Amino acid sequence: MADVIEVGAARGDAPPPAAGAARRGTSADRAKRATPYLFLAPYLILFGIFGLLPIVLGLWLSVHQWDFQLPNRPFVGLDNYTDLFSSDSAVYADWWQSVRATAIFTVLSVPLLVVIPLGLALLLNRSFPGRTFFRAIYFAPYVLGVAVIGLLWRFLLDANLGLVNSLLGAVGLPADTPWVTDVPWAWVSLVGVTVWWTSGFNAVIYLAGLQDIPAELYEAAKVDGASAWERFRHVTLPGLRPVLLFVITTTVLASANVFGQSFLITQGAPGTETRSVVWFIVEEGLRDNDAGRAAAMSIVFALMLAVVSIANFRLFRYRED
Amino acid sequence: MIHNDMSRRRLLGLGLGLGAAASLTLAGCGGGDDDAGPAAGNGGKDYTGPKVDLKLWNGFTGGDGDIFKALVNQFNTEHPNIAVTIATYQWDDYYNKLPGAASSGNGPDIAVMHMDQLATFAARGVISELDDVAKNLELSEGDFAPTVWQGGLYNKKRYGIPLDMHPLGFYYNKAVMQKAGLDPNKPPTTRDEYTAALTELKKSGVQGFWISPFQFTGGMTFYSLLHQWGGSVFDGEAAKATFNSDQAVEACTWLTDLIKQGHSPANVGQDADYLALKSGKNAFNWNGIWQINDLKKSPELQWGVAPLPQIGTKPAAWANSHNFTIVKQRANDANKVSASKVFINWLSQHSLDWAKGGQVPARKTVREDAGFKALTEVNALAPELEYAAFPPATPGLGEVMTTFYNSFNEAALGKKSPKQALDDGVTKANKQLEDNRKKYGS
Repeated sequence: MADVIEVGAARGDAPPPAAGAARRGTSADRAKRATPYLFLAPYLILFGIFGLLPIVLGLWLSVHQWDFQLPNRPFVGLDNYTDLFSSDSAVYADWWQSVRATAIFTVLSVPLLVVIPLGLALLLNRSFPGRTFFRAIYFAPYVLGVAVIGLLWRFLLDANLGLVNSLLGAVGLPADTPWVTDVPWAWVSLVGVTVWWTSGFNAVIYLAGLQDIPAELYEAAKVDGASAWERFRHVTLPGLRPVLLFVITTTVLASANVFGQSFLITQGAPGTETRSVVWFIVEEGLRDNDAGRAAAMSIVFALMLAVVSIANFRLFRYRED
Repeated sequence: MIHNDMSRRRLLGLGLGLGAAASLTLAGCGGGDDDAGPAAGNGGKDYTGPKVDLKLWNGFTGGDGDIFKALVNQFNTEHPNIAVTIATYQWDDYYNKLPGAASSGNGPDIAVMHMDQLATFAARGVISELDDVAKNLELSEGDFAPTVWQGGLYNKKRYGIPLDMHPLGFYYNKAVMQKAGLDPNKPPTTRDEYTAALTELKKSGVQGFWISPFQFTGGMTFYSLLHQWGGSVFDGEAAKATFNSDQAVEACTWLTDLIKQGHSPANVGQDADYLALKSGKNAFNWNGIWQINDLKKSPELQWGVAPLPQIGTKPAAWANSHNFTIVKQRANDANKVSASKVFINWLSQHSLDWAKGGQVPARKTVREDAGFKALTEVNALAPELEYAAFPPATPGLGEVMTTFYNSFNEAALGKKSPKQALDDGVTKANKQLEDNRKKYGS
């Protein structure tokens, strides 16, 4: 924070102040120190109201038994948190099952959602007739709402009446795969549908990144006799590094927030094995009116995601060298 | 350089929204402590005060919504000093929205609510007591079916005036039955007849009774059977879950055995049971009364509906009921309250038109009306009113019922044996009931 202020103040006057402490207190200086915050203000206000305040409120809720409709909202200390970790509470089994479901989905979907769109982007970056058409086609599913794709795929994947099984049967493959009612098939379905649905978005991001890589680099590499694979490995990938970091981070977070797909396609089946964390939090907070417990779950889940994101940033840190 | 570009792109990306990210909105927090006080007016006989506007919320998103709107328009024409406006939401959203809206003063005056939600909303102080309405309109158990009338009570006080009841019915595809050599006009009514019919159907190459593992409709089928076997989901005070009793296990096993014997395919998807009935792949489906109007849309389909066959030791059927409730208001306007009561009473008396929406009217006089008798299909399910198994009036039962349905899901999908699935479910349900007792202090 302090660094930012210094930089902001230093930019105002050239040469930089020799003795900042001595100058502190003059009104002109105070105004200068306020400058960056004034520039930040429009967003800062929004962030404060819609970002910080809910976080603080969430922390407050999480230490209460909170139903906003009941007059009695007792302070329960860390009970909502300990419930998540003690095996004899009503939510323990459901909570960890939902964490497990979310983890499985994330681990299976993220690699595919990082690699397949990259391949698509590389193909769509070449020039060939109909390129714009294909770019639009691959992006198209992304504009559909989750309710639409959920319902669509639930019927397509139905074990007994669905088109997928009847096509498989027509070519002599087993036609009774329980795509949406049994594991591991349910995971195949959920991941497959999500990849189909959201690949276009990541592909567009990659495509923008690819177009930022200067063509001279490729020419130079070619002159030096680099093969197609070497050009990809040593020019494209390093050039895409910041884009990759962005794609991986947002994809991990989006996958961890999975809700609609399992809610609509598998409906948690079998039992509650495919019920995701976000779904469980929504049920707990909005259907069962236990905002305290839901807030505690959200905070624990956010911490888990923070750890994953930090690891991710360390791995892909953009080096200025 | 690239860095700057990136942050711009990231902002853009985040602005567009992440594909699967679901947003969680916390409903506004506010006190809902004001009591509506003793209800004003003469309990709904008539309303003579100044003109009032009433807001009514409901969840009738299907064809029933149009019928409801027509009824409300008729009411508005007949009552120049009351103007009712309606807002319709999906039931799920509706129940999430209502408490927040009510406590912030933006809620409706009248809310339509399922019977199994009444206790929760009463305990949470969203709706007010209606005992005086019942008294002043001289409504009593005798005017309604006792099962429905009792369901409007919570802590011995009345919170809902029942409009209708919607039970599970037994739908059959006549063409499929005929093909198997069964008499399409004599659907099976007993366990022996039912299994015999399934055997015939199997011989003709049809899996005759698709059993869905989901609440709609397999879970509700199991709920009905459990009561037919003499079991119950909870004990009398809804303090303990009892859906792992011997009766419940037997009822569940009867269903899972049908899957094992090939009378139902395994892994039936959501709605597949019903779609298969419509497309002639399935002969029998136990489904809600609300499907009558949907089936009527396909004139080429030969179908029938009857009360559920008696498989266990006594007749029983899953059922729920729509009730009118009056929402507690921050600003207590006596005129609005008494006008609301007039509306509720009027609509209850005019519920014959509502029956055309595919519901059995709760009011006896309406059920005995020749007009209702003329509604063949809906009328066919009216006898179920006598033995309908409604959920108990205990706050917070929603999540416990989900546990019940999930247990059945595991059993029907063969993940666990019926006994194991129900035992596990009861263990969890009892913990949830204990949590609820702490929360609602009952």
